[in-house]
Amino acid sequence: MSALLHQLPSSCQGYAPRPSVPQQGLKGSAPQVQCRPTRILSHRTLAQAVSAPPAAPEKSKGKDKPKQQKSLTPEVAKDLYRDMFLGREFEEMCAQMYYRGKMFGFVHLYSGQEAVSTGVLRAMRPDDYVCSTYRDHVHALSKGVPAKNIMAELFGKKTGICRGQGGSMHMFSAEHNLLGGFAFIGEGIPIGLGAAFGVKYRKESIGLEGSDQVVASFFGDGTCNVGQFYECLNMASLYKLPIIFVVENNLWAIGMNHPRATGPSDPNDTEPHIWKKGPAFGMPGVLVDGMDVQKVREVAVEAVARARAGLGPTLIEAETYRFRGHSLADPDELRRKEEKEHYAARDPIPQLKKAILEGNILTQDELKEIEKDVLAEVDAAVQFAEESPKPDKAQLLENVFADPKGFGIHEDGRYKYQMPGFSSGNSALV
Amino acid sequence: MWEALREAVDEEMERDPTVCMFGEDVGHYGGSYKVTYDLYKKYGDMRLLDTPICENAFMGMGIGAAMTGLRPIVEGMNMGFLLLAYNQISNNAGMLHYTSGGQYKVPLVVRGPGGVGRQLGAEHSQRLESYFQSIPGVQLVACSTVSNAKALLKSAIRSDNPIIFFEHVLLYNVKGDTQEGYCQPLERAEIARAGSDVTILCYSRMRYVVMQACQQLEKDGFNPEVIDLISLKPFDMETIARSVRKTRKVIIVEECMKTGGIGASLSAVINETLFDDLDHQVIRLSSQDVPTAYAYELEAATIVQPEQVVDAVKRIAGSSRQLVAA
Repeated sequence: MSALLHQLPSSCQGYAPRPSVPQQGLKGSAPQVQCRPTRILSHRTLAQAVSAPPAAPEKSKGKDKPKQQKSLTPEVAKDLYRDMFLGREFEEMCAQMYYRGKMFGFVHLYSGQEAVSTGVLRAMRPDDYVCSTYRDHVHALSKGVPAKNIMAELFGKKTGICRGQGGSMHMFSAEHNLLGGFAFIGEGIPIGLGAAFGVKYRKESIGLEGSDQVVASFFGDGTCNVGQFYECLNMASLYKLPIIFVVENNLWAIGMNHPRATGPSDPNDTEPHIWKKGPAFGMPGVLVDGMDVQKVREVAVEAVARARAGLGPTLIEAETYRFRGHSLADPDELRRKEEKEHYAARDPIPQLKKAILEGNILTQDELKEIEKDVLAEVDAAVQFAEESPKPDKAQLLENVFADPKGFGIHEDGRYKYQMPGFSSGNSALV
Repeated sequence: MWEALREAVDEEMERDPTVCMFGEDVGHYGGSYKVTYDLYKKYGDMRLLDTPICENAFMGMGIGAAMTGLRPIVEGMNMGFLLLAYNQISNNAGMLHYTSGGQYKVPLVVRGPGGVGRQLGAEHSQRLESYFQSIPGVQLVACSTVSNAKALLKSAIRSDNPIIFFEHVLLYNVKGDTQEGYCQPLERAEIARAGSDVTILCYSRMRYVVMQACQQLEKDGFNPEVIDLISLKPFDMETIARSVRKTRKVIIVEECMKTGGIGASLSAVINETLFDDLDHQVIRLSSQDVPTAYAYELEAATIVQPEQVVDAVKRIAGSSRQLVAA
């Protein structure tokens, strides 16, 4: 890879950042809530953010007036609306099922953040990759994993996408290039980086021309302070890897409010601004309203095109919000009512519905049809999960090693996995 | 030995375009102990990727690449450094095939030099095999001779399982013949010396310490059987059981710490499965549970010396030898 490009794109300006909604400052009285500016992300600033390859003409002449957004086609509108509605209904059903004792452990729901998953993943190709975190159900849905297999996994059933072995925080689908949910903060980012490296390796080292997939790596504001995050930003930029880093900044890492955890990225800032860390690592940083699926999609389309063209990574900070606690076990007492109401008022799904109807892109009935179809799919998923068989004990040892020789050689000379009764589940099988 | 390891990497990279190497100074510098010396000239920077110093990330990058079709080898410049990558090795390399329900495999080799060298100080003298041994889904292999080093590394690279491949800082300049293109089974132990009156189980550099002790033992009329474990996990129970049933006495000689060491697991397995075949409790000769000192005398006192092996054999096999003689 002697053609290691070191062309550092210009730093960029996102739109005016969300004025902080600081909770209890270290000192001083409780600040009151300021709402987020609604100025849409102007095309010009984005064009600046994406250092167009020299050949491509400059996108817009730098006029100040933000250009009208490209209007939605009915087909895209249907896709976005269905995906977000499915994400929401699926997660709300999970809450129900959790409280009815159908699923257990730590379940982290995505409700409220749908614009980010849908905005990014519905702008990508099926053969692109995604790596997620423990808040991964909706990423899996947006990537095309059938709702019934996700629900069955949550019910711990054999028909689950991971045969009941992964659970809520470990959703994988090789068929959909879902590289996984990951339970530890920052643990999945290097995995996505590796997939991106593989794409570039297959093209440049093995000479596979068609190898131009892109990886989307999702994580939250809390993750932006762990080592692996920075280590990966550096390598992604250094090797110009086809990956986009999508920070779902929902302001809270369990009970830790973002401004209490993260210092400003710019000396004369008082707010953290994660996206400003992008340029510090040689990649564009883009801030986007993570409650507006059209804006997220617009940013994603540019960032994915940039990655696919071999121009390297982009750091996208999507300001969003989770309507439920960190997990279903989180009492969620720290987040103030005003803040929750502020973001509930900007729920991405009604926002899109309004844009669709006002722009008469789809009719009320068409939307109703989609909603009905989604509700049926979610109910069917629950029924499928309910009726699916539980894993039997024989499954216990089946996926520990890809090559079962890894269990070793038994006293009588055969490999342990060849021994009768091995699958009855005693890995030592001494 | 470094030449043999280098041949293994070269041959496997030649044979399979998806085989590549990540690590600090594996490319232009040629590896901390020359295992990839000059290979970047033949295969280019991308296949011998000199990474920044970020063990957790480049280990995870190796795993992500392995999941999506490559066969990376990740070098720990010193195995001790890989403590920084423990999150990726344990949670992703080890468990991900399982948590994904078998959808993704991780054909990855993690290799590098470990063990007590010549006054390298506490941090560069670590033996991590005991740390990694309880990670499910990972195999641990320790090479010891030129002959097995190349043949085992070739098998490790071809394996679909994540393999942690332990080399030793003091063995890189050992001379010997390779087994040409042979791929040695990763799960098999090696009989370093056939014998009858005691079974000595060892691995990596301790094989040399034990063989040195054997020279003295032979003079004293002993006939120890020396087994090089090679596979630290899983244990080759066939070779071990056959030897223990023959000699009925076991001494384990290891360089990792005594507490929670490989020997601790091995002794437990032997006691549980071969209790009735033992005439003596299993002896473990391990490194002391101390950070390895810099001063030579203290360093030497930390690890097992040949005299200790001789004493141990005499202690438990001495009586039976006279019985035979009488």
